[in-house]
Amino acid sequence: MGAEIFRFTIDGIEVEASTGQSVIEACDAAGIYIPRLCHHPDLEPDGSCRLCTCKINGRNSAACVTPAAHGMVIENNTPQLTDDRRTIIEMLFVEGDHPCPYCVASGDCELQALGYRLGMVAPPQPYQWPGRKIDATHPDIYLDHDRCILCSRCIRASRMEDGKTVFAFEGRGIAMRLNVDAEGGLGDTQMAAIDKAASVCPVACIVIKRDSYRVPNGSRRFDKSPIGSEIEAKRKQVKS
Amino acid sequence: MRAKGTAAVESIVAEFAADRSRLLDIVEAVQRRSGYVSNEAIQAIASGLGIHPVEVEDMLSFYSFFDRQPRGRNRIRVSKTPVSFMKGAKEVARAFEEALGISVGGTSADGAFTLQWTSDIGMADQEPAALINGMILTGLTPRDVPQILTALRQEKIPPKAKVRSSLVQPGPLLSGLSAAGESIKAALARSPDKVIEEITNAKLRGRGGAGFPTGMKWRFTRKATGDEHYVVCNADEGEPGTFKDRVLLSEFPDLIFDGMTIAGYALGARHGLVYLRGEYAYMWNDLQEVLKTRRQLGLLGDNICGREGFDFDIRIQLGAGAYICGEESALLESLEGKRGAPRDRPPFPTERGYLHQPTAIDNVETYACAARIIEKGAAWFAGYGTKESTGTKLMSVSGDCPRPGVYEVSFGITVNELLDLLGASDASYVQMSGPSGQAVAPKDFGRRIAYEDLSTGGSTMIFGPQRDVLEVALQFADFFVEESCGYCTPCRVGTTLLKQGMEKIVSGRATLEDIAATEALANTVERMSRCGLGQTAPNPILSTMRNFPELYEARLAPTPFSPLVTLHDALREAVEIQGREPVAQEI
Repeated sequence: MGAEIFRFTIDGIEVEASTGQSVIEACDAAGIYIPRLCHHPDLEPDGSCRLCTCKINGRNSAACVTPAAHGMVIENNTPQLTDDRRTIIEMLFVEGDHPCPYCVASGDCELQALGYRLGMVAPPQPYQWPGRKIDATHPDIYLDHDRCILCSRCIRASRMEDGKTVFAFEGRGIAMRLNVDAEGGLGDTQMAAIDKAASVCPVACIVIKRDSYRVPNGSRRFDKSPIGSEIEAKRKQVKS
Repeated sequence: MRAKGTAAVESIVAEFAADRSRLLDIVEAVQRRSGYVSNEAIQAIASGLGIHPVEVEDMLSFYSFFDRQPRGRNRIRVSKTPVSFMKGAKEVARAFEEALGISVGGTSADGAFTLQWTSDIGMADQEPAALINGMILTGLTPRDVPQILTALRQEKIPPKAKVRSSLVQPGPLLSGLSAAGESIKAALARSPDKVIEEITNAKLRGRGGAGFPTGMKWRFTRKATGDEHYVVCNADEGEPGTFKDRVLLSEFPDLIFDGMTIAGYALGARHGLVYLRGEYAYMWNDLQEVLKTRRQLGLLGDNICGREGFDFDIRIQLGAGAYICGEESALLESLEGKRGAPRDRPPFPTERGYLHQPTAIDNVETYACAARIIEKGAAWFAGYGTKESTGTKLMSVSGDCPRPGVYEVSFGITVNELLDLLGASDASYVQMSGPSGQAVAPKDFGRRIAYEDLSTGGSTMIFGPQRDVLEVALQFADFFVEESCGYCTPCRVGTTLLKQGMEKIVSGRATLEDIAATEALANTVERMSRCGLGQTAPNPILSTMRNFPELYEARLAPTPFSPLVTLHDALREAVEIQGREPVAQEI
C-alpha cells in the first residue's frame, strides 16, 4: 500500500505530500493556509467556490480538487490571487443578504472571516437582494436561504455522512437555490439537529434553534484570531 | 385520476428499465405526455428509480425545456440573439404579444399559448426563428403571426415550419462523397492502431474550437482500461451563431455515423452516443430512420461490414435546453441523467468519461473529417489548410451578409478573404467563434482563421456599420447570465454583475471608474471560473473594450459621479407597497 512521498513548492516553500492528497490537504498538513470556503476536511471536495484557486504550474486551478504531484510549482499568496479571491467574497456578499452586525453567525462565519482576512471593506458591486424565503418548518433548525452561499457542504454531508440526501440544488445560474427533500419544507424531511449536515454550514443559512448565543459575540472562533490561524499554527510548530 | 397519472409515469420509468442514468429521458417523456412535471410525477419517478425526489428536482430544474408548473398547450419560444434581433425578432415577439394579449413569459388566458424567449436555436442563417412545440419556424415576420396561431389552434402544421438547407459553399470535405459505409470498409482494411495513426498523421484537431489533436485523444482512450469504451458525438451545438452541425446532421448524417463507427473500431468501443441538443429534436425521426437503415445494411449492429466481432451501435440522447452541455464534461453529466454541471479534470474523459469509462468525445464535424481521412488518406487531408491547422473548416455565417449559410473554407484564410467571399466587405466587425470568441475589428481582418491565430468553432456573425457594438456585447452578456450553470461563484454571480455593469455603460450612466470596475470584474471571472463557459463569458466585454475603446468613451456619463440607482428606482418598492407617490416636500 505504502503511499509514495514526494515534494512540491508553494510560494517558494517546499512541502511534502503523499499520493492521494490534494494540494489543499498537503498544504494544510504543512501549515500553509490556502483560503477556502466550500471545502471541508470531512467532506469530498467540490471545487465550487473557487476561492482556493492557486496558480499551479502556471495555470489557475482549485487546490481542493487538484491532486498533489511531485515537483509542482504553486503560487498562493500573491496580490493578484488575493484580489481575485476578495472579489469572489464580494460577489457572495452581494448575491445573498449578509448583514454581519446583527447576524447570529457573526464571529463564527467563514464568509465574514474571509472578508476580513482578504481585506474586504464593503462590496463595490450592487446588492442583488434575492428575497428568498426563510424555512422555519423544522422544530430544531431553520434555513435562512438569503444567507446560503451555495457551497454544497450540507448537500455533500447529508448524502455521504448522514445517508439522507436531505438537500440538493434547484435551478441554474444566478437563480440556483438550495432545495430540501420535501414539498412542505425542512420539517418534513429526515433532517435532525445532530446531523453532520446541520454542523457544516459556513454561514448562517442552517441555524440550530435556541442555540445561537450560547457563545457570546466577542468570544467566538474568529473574534480571537483570523481564519486560517489554526492551520498556520502548525507551520510554526513544524519550524520550531 | 391521480392514480392514472402515477401509473403512466411508472410505465415510463419501466420503459427505461428504471435506469437512473436515463433520468433525462424519463423526465422528457413525462413532460411530453403532461406538458409539465408535477409533484406527484416527481414522487413516482423517484420511487421508481430508488432515489430522492430532491435529486429529480435537482436535474429537471436545471434544463430550460422542463416545467414544474402547467404552461400553455402550445409553447412558442422565439430565438433571442443579436442576429435574430437585427432581423426583426423583437417585432415578431411583439406581434405574438399583441395577438395573444400577453407579454413574453406569459400564458394566454385560455391556456392555449405560452410565449417565451429562448437562447439561440441554431438558425442564425434564417432568423427570426422560433421553436414551437418542437417544430422550428424560420424567416418569420409579424405578418405570419395570425396564420401561425390559427394553425396551432386547429392543431395543424403552421406556415414557415421549415428549415432551409443552407450549405452555400461545399469544399473538399463535403464534395465527392462515397456511399455510406465505404470509409468503414477502408478502416477495416487497417488495424485499429493504424486507423489512429492515419488520423494522427492527418493532424486532425477538434472542430468544436478547442483544437485538441483527435489522434491523441483516440490513442489515450484506446489505451485506457475500462469495462467498456464509449464514442460520444457532441451535437449540442449551442454557441450562438453556429449551425454547421445542423447542416451536417440533416444533410450528411451517414458521414457522421461512418466517422463514429470508425472511432468505435479504432477505440474498441461497442457503444456510440450522439448528444443532440433539445432544439434539434425536429431531426429525431429522420436520424432514427438513418440509423435503422444502417442497421439493415450491416453498418451498425453486430459484425459490421461482415467483420466478425466488430459490434457497434449508436443511441441518440436528446438534450433539454442548456448551452453548458456543449462543454464535454457537462455533456457527460447530462448523458448520465444529471444536471449539466462540468466535472473537474483530471481525470479526463479519455480515462473516465461516460459512466466512468474511457470515452472519446468529439464534435460532429470532427467525425465527418475522420471518415474522409480514412477514406482518402492523411496526405489528402493535410494538403488543405496550414501546417498546424490541416484540412478545411465549416463556417456558420450569419448577420449582415447577402448569403448567410455554411461555407467550407481552407484553414489559413484571412478574415478579409472570407468577407470578400461572403460579399460583406463593409463589415464593421466580426464576432468570431460566437460570444465566447472574439469581436474582431477591421485592424485585425488580416488575421488568419486557424488554431494558431484566430481559433474558431465556426460561428461567424457579421455586423455592419449600422450596428451598435456595445448593445451587442450587452446581449451576449445577457446570454451568459441565462446559460451559466451556477456551479461556481465567479461565473454564477460574475455573469450577472457583468451584465449589470454593461447595462450601466450602454445606458450612458457609467463613469470611467465604473468602466474600469467592470473590466476588473471581467478579468476576475475569466481567471477564476471553473470551466470554459465562465472563462470565456467576459470575452464580448473584454474584446470590445480592447478593440473599440472609443465607443466606451462615447458613452461616458456627463458627470463624474452617477449613482447606480435613481431616487425613483430606489423608492419604487415603497411606492408599490404604499400605493401612492411620495409627496414632494417630504423627500
